[in-house]
Amino acid sequence: MTHTVYIPGDAAAVALGADRVAAAVKQEAEKRGIKIKLVRNGSRGLHWLEPLLEVGTPNGRIAYGPVQVKDVASLFDANFVTGGKHALSLGLIEELPYLKKQQRLTFQRIGITDPVSLDDYIAHDGYRGLKNALGMTGADIVKHVTDSGLRGRGGAAFPTGIKWNTVLNTPSEQKYIICNADEGDSGTFSDRMVMEGDPFVLIEGMTIAGIAVGATQGYIYLRVEYPHAHKALNAALQKAYAAGYLGGNILGSGKKFDLEVRLGAGAYICGEETSLMESLEGKRGLVRFKPPLPAISGLFGKPTIVNNVISLASVPIILDKGGEFYRDYGMGRSRGTLPLQLAGNIKYPGLVEIAFGMTLRELLYDYGGGSASGRPIKAVQVGGPLGAYMPESQFDTPLDYEAFAAIWAVLGHGGVVAFDDTVDMADMARYSMEFCKIESCGKCTPCRIGSTRGVEVITDIIEGRDLAKNVPLLRDLCNTLLNGSLCALGGMTPYPVLSALNHFPEDFGIAGQADAA
Amino acid sequence: MRESGAIDTIVQDIIASLKDLPGALLPILHGIQDKLGYIPAETVPAIAKALNLSRAEVHGVISFYHYFRETPPGKTTVHLCRAESCQAKGAKALEAHVKNKLGIDYHETTADGAFSLEPVYCLGLCSVSPSMQIGEELYGHSSAELFDSIINAEEASA
Repeated sequence: MTHTVYIPGDAAAVALGADRVAAAVKQEAEKRGIKIKLVRNGSRGLHWLEPLLEVGTPNGRIAYGPVQVKDVASLFDANFVTGGKHALSLGLIEELPYLKKQQRLTFQRIGITDPVSLDDYIAHDGYRGLKNALGMTGADIVKHVTDSGLRGRGGAAFPTGIKWNTVLNTPSEQKYIICNADEGDSGTFSDRMVMEGDPFVLIEGMTIAGIAVGATQGYIYLRVEYPHAHKALNAALQKAYAAGYLGGNILGSGKKFDLEVRLGAGAYICGEETSLMESLEGKRGLVRFKPPLPAISGLFGKPTIVNNVISLASVPIILDKGGEFYRDYGMGRSRGTLPLQLAGNIKYPGLVEIAFGMTLRELLYDYGGGSASGRPIKAVQVGGPLGAYMPESQFDTPLDYEAFAAIWAVLGHGGVVAFDDTVDMADMARYSMEFCKIESCGKCTPCRIGSTRGVEVITDIIEGRDLAKNVPLLRDLCNTLLNGSLCALGGMTPYPVLSALNHFPEDFGIAGQADAA
Repeated sequence: MRESGAIDTIVQDIIASLKDLPGALLPILHGIQDKLGYIPAETVPAIAKALNLSRAEVHGVISFYHYFRETPPGKTTVHLCRAESCQAKGAKALEAHVKNKLGIDYHETTADGAFSLEPVYCLGLCSVSPSMQIGEELYGHSSAELFDSIINAEEASA
């Protein structure tokens, strides 16, 4: 009998030794004459348990973790291939509370299937959305997306249906679908997990988008820092083409959609949609003035949908189960689920997909288990390097775009980075400015010069020079960046800087100020 | 070091195979850097000519992107993540240790050409911070001890 063993090929698991564990399991099985089928699945997102090994049994999949090479022989001794007891046994994976309490829509297959097996994808409800879409008009497809309430999961939270509708209604002989896979925000890894763990879901989402608005060419603009995702996407693209899910005549419908992966080159600014298009056109990634909107004049001057990975990967289930199914999750104007990413100084870091509305505190403590160091969590940065630092007094904020905006914070991509009380928030503020300085495209003055000047002013403050003059100067500079920058890089760098200053003034050597933000 | 004639042939092949793509410049630059490890200044005129761009435009693109380099890298490149999640788990101490151990700062190469050091703003391994990449290999839960053990093994095998 052949036993199926799952060991993630996800980069986070690989970074903790999953490839070596997989090689050891293979070798040990051969040595003992035990037949196994080894599947390199995606990660379930319980990253403190990686490398997490699973075996299929008649009762479900049994997990063991974290497994190192030295544990492999004893796992075989314990007959783990049939689910035998071992010190690293975790029981049925699906019953672990961290996983069981989640509401996985976009991540429904990730960690379960073989990411580059088209058969596996289809056996787990893949391509049902596309099949539905092929029988609909473009306007009907867009209506499902609009009804779902899906908003861009990349940061600005713009309603996806409105963007699609604009492209649908802009006549042009050529239109494009771009997937912004330049996820460069610290604390975020959900795009990477999707592309490595279920690349077909992104391909299907983009194909549906193309059919909806009449775009025949798509590009996945992928950051060069994700080589594992690059391999998985290309392997999946090849299979989708071979089976007729991409190309000139999709599933015999007469509809055409071609898709290609393009690599960025390490510029954070190319996650901004207009810079991204400049980069795809082969230029420096300088921000464009808007208008015109990319939906009207985008890549090569043609109407273009630019959505990020999670937004596009959420489309197949919406077209499979209907816009209303998706809309029934969430709160207020934040509909559906958000894959939240727990990182930094946290005991149980990982991926938690759940409907909008849970509080930050529940996420940090019920899922995250508090800090990894055991010290108090002092600050949490949500929404990437341009997101605000939130103090303990704001931990009861629900995870909802509007609730975050109301306290001058950003939910963005759902990345959550926790810091314990050893962090120096003035240092973190300086780092934010330095990041802006390093990554500024240079097109607008507030961002280009303001960030350089900002590093100098914060350094002066940290070194205690003329605080009465320099603190107001920093606020004034932030105001200029906030209101005068062309794009979100300069326009949002004040969020981490001012939130640090407002919530943690003692770290800057000054007494607290009443006016938050 | 490759002869400049060999470089010419490699670069011409890459240009010929990619120049008809829409927005071909980045794919061409990636192709050259993948093959040679960097983008030699003497290849710029040929790229510019093939794409009907000025040499300044091509140079402007190469210098805009952090990933492209105009000088050969060391035998092994060490990428340290400097982003917030890694900082929350001790990346700064690791950074100080690595710079001290290699005796170089970011964007520099050791005198013996063995190692180059580059910062990276997020490898997407935030949940296993701090993270680093040494050559092609990724490492989570990085520490000074882990770094030393890898580097010492590389040096022993060199």
